[in-house]
Amino acid sequence: MSDTDLAIRPSSDVRAGSDAESSPMVHTSSGPVDVSRIVGWGFDADTENDPTYSYRDRSKDDHSGEWKRPTLQQPDVELLQSVEHKQLPAVFGTSSPPKWVSGMMRRAAFRWSESHWAHWLLLMGADRVNMVEGLVEDLAQAKIPNIPKEMGVRAEWQHNKKGLAAKIGIAAAIGGGLYLWSRSRGRDEEDLGEEERG
Amino acid sequence: MRAMDYRGPYRVRVDEKPMPEIQHPRDAIVRVTRSCICGSDLHLYHGMVPDTRIGQTFGHEFCGIVEEVGSEVEKLKVGDHVLVPFNIACGQCHFCKQGLYGNCHESNPAATAVGGIFGYSHTAGGYDGGQAEYARVPYADFGPTVIPDWMDPDDAVLLTDVVPTGYQAAEMGGIQKGDTVVVFGAGPVGIMAARSAWLFGAGRVIVIDHIDYRLEFVREFAPAEVYNFKELDDVVVFMKKTTDGLGADVCIDAVGAEASGNILQSIIGKRMKLEAGSAIALHWAINSVKKGGIVSIVGVYGPTGNLVPIGNVVNKGLTLRANQASVKRLLPKLIEHVKEGRIEPKKIITHKVPLDDIADAYHLFSAKLDNCIKPVLVLANA
Repeated sequence: MSDTDLAIRPSSDVRAGSDAESSPMVHTSSGPVDVSRIVGWGFDADTENDPTYSYRDRSKDDHSGEWKRPTLQQPDVELLQSVEHKQLPAVFGTSSPPKWVSGMMRRAAFRWSESHWAHWLLLMGADRVNMVEGLVEDLAQAKIPNIPKEMGVRAEWQHNKKGLAAKIGIAAAIGGGLYLWSRSRGRDEEDLGEEERG
Repeated sequence: MRAMDYRGPYRVRVDEKPMPEIQHPRDAIVRVTRSCICGSDLHLYHGMVPDTRIGQTFGHEFCGIVEEVGSEVEKLKVGDHVLVPFNIACGQCHFCKQGLYGNCHESNPAATAVGGIFGYSHTAGGYDGGQAEYARVPYADFGPTVIPDWMDPDDAVLLTDVVPTGYQAAEMGGIQKGDTVVVFGAGPVGIMAARSAWLFGAGRVIVIDHIDYRLEFVREFAPAEVYNFKELDDVVVFMKKTTDGLGADVCIDAVGAEASGNILQSIIGKRMKLEAGSAIALHWAINSVKKGGIVSIVGVYGPTGNLVPIGNVVNKGLTLRANQASVKRLLPKLIEHVKEGRIEPKKIITHKVPLDDIADAYHLFSAKLDNCIKPVLVLANA
């Protein structure tokens, strides 16, 4: 079978012209095409929008770097600012200020510019640490997170029972294997201890 | 108020959080009526975007009713039902003056590459998003746009990101009449890019993915020729064969960091995170486009770096064009397209979910269960 045979064709076969005399035909890489049935075809065609025509609307002060700044938001939480910024932008989010160990890592990351891998890798590392901190925070507030619910297990149960069963089976096999391994290891250590005592 | 709460990779829940407050005289507080889960949210959900902090509320595609406005807000009124572009843009900085509203310089302290984005990683400004009952909306007189009376809120909410992003992907392709356009990715953005390619005069639109139900959808919706790359020996060779040996005029990467299709890229990009996600879709786009062609990138990648055949970009004389969609710039045109029936956004909505079931919705979308294409949260107070 050739690759072309594998194609799932459009139901209306947009590549086939049916009414050549009355339909607009365009030349394409696969020959002439009838586009009369494509709603809105060519509506936004713009011959000037070729690669050298930018969608950027050039202003007369493209190189000045000056503009009338908006009123400045007053920071009431700790913000981490890119060293590439000349000044704090006028507006910012205050969602989740840096804190704990992950916060220390984030502060360290912002010593480097956005061009440094260290900046991004430290932030990724901080995200993983922050995940553990989130669990600790939950437990400290006497909140036990319902992790299966948070992971959307109900949707898996509703729409992919086989997949869910397979995942549970694999998890049980790995868990069981680890349990048996730890038990046999504990028994070996006990035997060794008895031999040493004996 | 009730709001989505990120707890770590693959874990989200709904918690009680403090009501958002006016923090700047140009802010508004919006009571959310619709809020989507975006493919870009899945990058956060999968733990792929740096500086995504526990306790954040995601959501950058939402619309809602204005509840309160700051002292400098003049146009927007309490009670207006608005769609809120995902870009947070001041409208007056160096970049906004040039229409680059995705690159506003006055909305994101944490990075200079991108402007502020609602409910994304702190790399995009640290704003809480719209997967909540209420949201703080900065620069309220600039971004939010009143939803016309005739427009269904289900259409409106999709104009905040997915439709403009797909449309701009086609726009950046510089499509000329008769061009062959290949879209990599049949997710919501790829679907909209394929539909938009026709509006610019494409002669042939091809979509590549490996999820059959999505290929079937875009085959009807765009419409488009569709191919499952798992059934092709070599995507690039196939693209050459089907374009008379030359390659496509325009290739669009509508996948981004979580592309499947190459083991090496998947291991080092998605599992080990040693590059900014798997860049196989971009790799295919660069190698499938014809010499002198254009590659348009709207798929989201992390900020570090990726393995892509940049030598071929040089040798083939390609033009790469990319950006976050400049939503506000495109809205007048897109609203007109919706009004005239040239684009029908709400057809891509497959699931409507209450906020309290958000964990199920994320998993459903992430695991591509129940033929999910686009889940939308409908708030109880909508």
